[in-house]
Amino acid sequence: MTESWRQPRRLLMAALGALTVFYLLAPTLVIVPMSFTEARILSFPPEGFSLQWYERMFTDRQWSSGMVNSAQVAVLTAILATVLGTLAALGLTRGRFPGRSLVNAVALTPLIVPVVIIAIGMFSLFVQWRISGSLLGLVLAHTALALPFVIVNVGTSLRTMDRNLELAAANLGADPRRAFMRITLPIILPGVLAGAIFSFITSWDEVVVAIFLTSARFRTLPVEMWEQVRQVVDPTVAAVSTTLLVVTTVLLLLLLVVRRQAPVR
Amino acid sequence: MTATSLVPAASRSAGARPALVLRGLRKSFGDAMAVDGVDLEVRHGEFVTLLGPSGSGKTTTLRMVAGFMAPSGGSIEIDGSDMTRVPPYRRDVGMVFQNYALFPHMTAAQNIAFPLQMRRTARPEITRRVADALALVKLEAFGDRYPRQLSGGQQQRIALARAVVFEPQLLLMDEPLGALDRKLREALQLEILHVSRQLGATVLYVTHDQEEALVMSDRIAIFSAGRIEQLGSGEDLYDRPASLFVADFIGESNILRGRYERDDAGDSCLVRGAWRWRVSHGAAERAGLENGAHAALVVRPERIRILGAAEEVPAGANAVEATVVDALYLGSDRKYGLTLPDGQRAAVREQRDDEERQWQSGDAVRLTWSVDDGVLVADPAG
Repeated sequence: MTESWRQPRRLLMAALGALTVFYLLAPTLVIVPMSFTEARILSFPPEGFSLQWYERMFTDRQWSSGMVNSAQVAVLTAILATVLGTLAALGLTRGRFPGRSLVNAVALTPLIVPVVIIAIGMFSLFVQWRISGSLLGLVLAHTALALPFVIVNVGTSLRTMDRNLELAAANLGADPRRAFMRITLPIILPGVLAGAIFSFITSWDEVVVAIFLTSARFRTLPVEMWEQVRQVVDPTVAAVSTTLLVVTTVLLLLLLVVRRQAPVR
Repeated sequence: MTATSLVPAASRSAGARPALVLRGLRKSFGDAMAVDGVDLEVRHGEFVTLLGPSGSGKTTTLRMVAGFMAPSGGSIEIDGSDMTRVPPYRRDVGMVFQNYALFPHMTAAQNIAFPLQMRRTARPEITRRVADALALVKLEAFGDRYPRQLSGGQQQRIALARAVVFEPQLLLMDEPLGALDRKLREALQLEILHVSRQLGATVLYVTHDQEEALVMSDRIAIFSAGRIEQLGSGEDLYDRPASLFVADFIGESNILRGRYERDDAGDSCLVRGAWRWRVSHGAAERAGLENGAHAALVVRPERIRILGAAEEVPAGANAVEATVVDALYLGSDRKYGLTLPDGQRAAVREQRDDEERQWQSGDAVRLTWSVDDGVLVADPAG
């Protein structure tokens, strides 16, 4: 184990690593500078520097309502999926009932089934129920997509948590509800928060299901982008993309912070 | 320790009722019987230890008493009330876990306050009783620390304080010292003993460490294969083991297997080859042995004396020839390993008071013990 044979190997690894990172980041590296261009059409490399497309994003009615809609859907989805997913994870890890592993598998199907299939299925059903093209419909659909992330995150927290802590709580006089609120929930909180962040992101940049379930009157940001790119190639799209990206990145950083807090013991 | 708010449990319910009664307690996991008919009565203020090898059912029994597991059969009565189907949070039983099970997101003081909050105790009283409990385990200055800021021994003392602060009817301990090193174990054994005596607490304690059981317990229940093999004080178990398992499990024993015989004169003997060793009167009846049954004579190493070839065997004592194999110096005494002519191994401990009486490897000697020092037990493997 001398440096002589390690050195060239390390260089090669570093080069490969850098290449991979570049490959992953390239689309981002293109779109972000384009959002600051002075030109009137989407082009690379950008010309000059201006914030006019950001201004347009906030002032244009279609873009700004798309942003509000997206935020609404994402927040409501995060809340609903986190509550339902936490309860489901609790039942799936602590409960003893027949068909438990089947339920577990079904709960995770949105991760595996192609999104477009889910979208078509929901579309045909939601049209019948008359909730297609509404806030409610999209929140329900995104909640289904986000649930597996909550179940997996919270389930992992529950499984790694020391079961004796729950037994100790019961032993000291806490009924199941109080044991959960005072002991289990604070301990699995990092997992719950991670699930909430994943849910928000899942909904925030989801486009396939949203294309099916939104309407001209109710559109989310990614759908608005899709519609606009098909008609005019206006640099506002780059500004919106950058905004989406910033929100997602901030949330992912938050996730890292939450995860770091995680294992108390 | 100044006036404490922790009232001795025994004085609260001084009735003649036992603190805990287990009747025919059973627990099966599929086909396996983890606990197979346990009967036990624990008096108020008594310290009873469940001792046995791992898998003998002692921890399962404790968990059923705590209410963490539902029995497959039998009943659990705590202070006269049937608790068999009562959930753990309504049992009023304190428990100390092997891994402490302190709540990691709460300080030591908050951990101790938890059971009082669950019982909706008034806040000033909680403050007072938490302070008393911290004083009881001598950790007054550590109330604001989180569990991860405490050593293992300190964590276990906080766990003990948390388990007694609400004055439970019964204190359960599941190998509480199992995770600690030897020195700390010994210090904490005494501390647990002092705390439980001071509170007059009724304790059910689980361990696989026989020394710990002997030091701490009023009575010990020896577990084997899901049953209580023998229940008694440490002295009972050591001096009068009721079975070969107990004799072998508790302390060191010389086990001489053979057959029980009663001769025409009415004297009882254990016969092994050409040897006939006398056993005390009534020994066979206590062990439930028929004439000619397979049996074993149990003699503790410190009850045997080694005699030189020229020395006289005391009248009425048992004796057997042996050869010294090794001699170990253990500070206060010496331990000899020997073999009998038929190959059976034997161990003898002798006090080092007589410098003349030292034996070397290879010495031909005789072992002798008084009739009353041999315990006759049945030999199921015979």
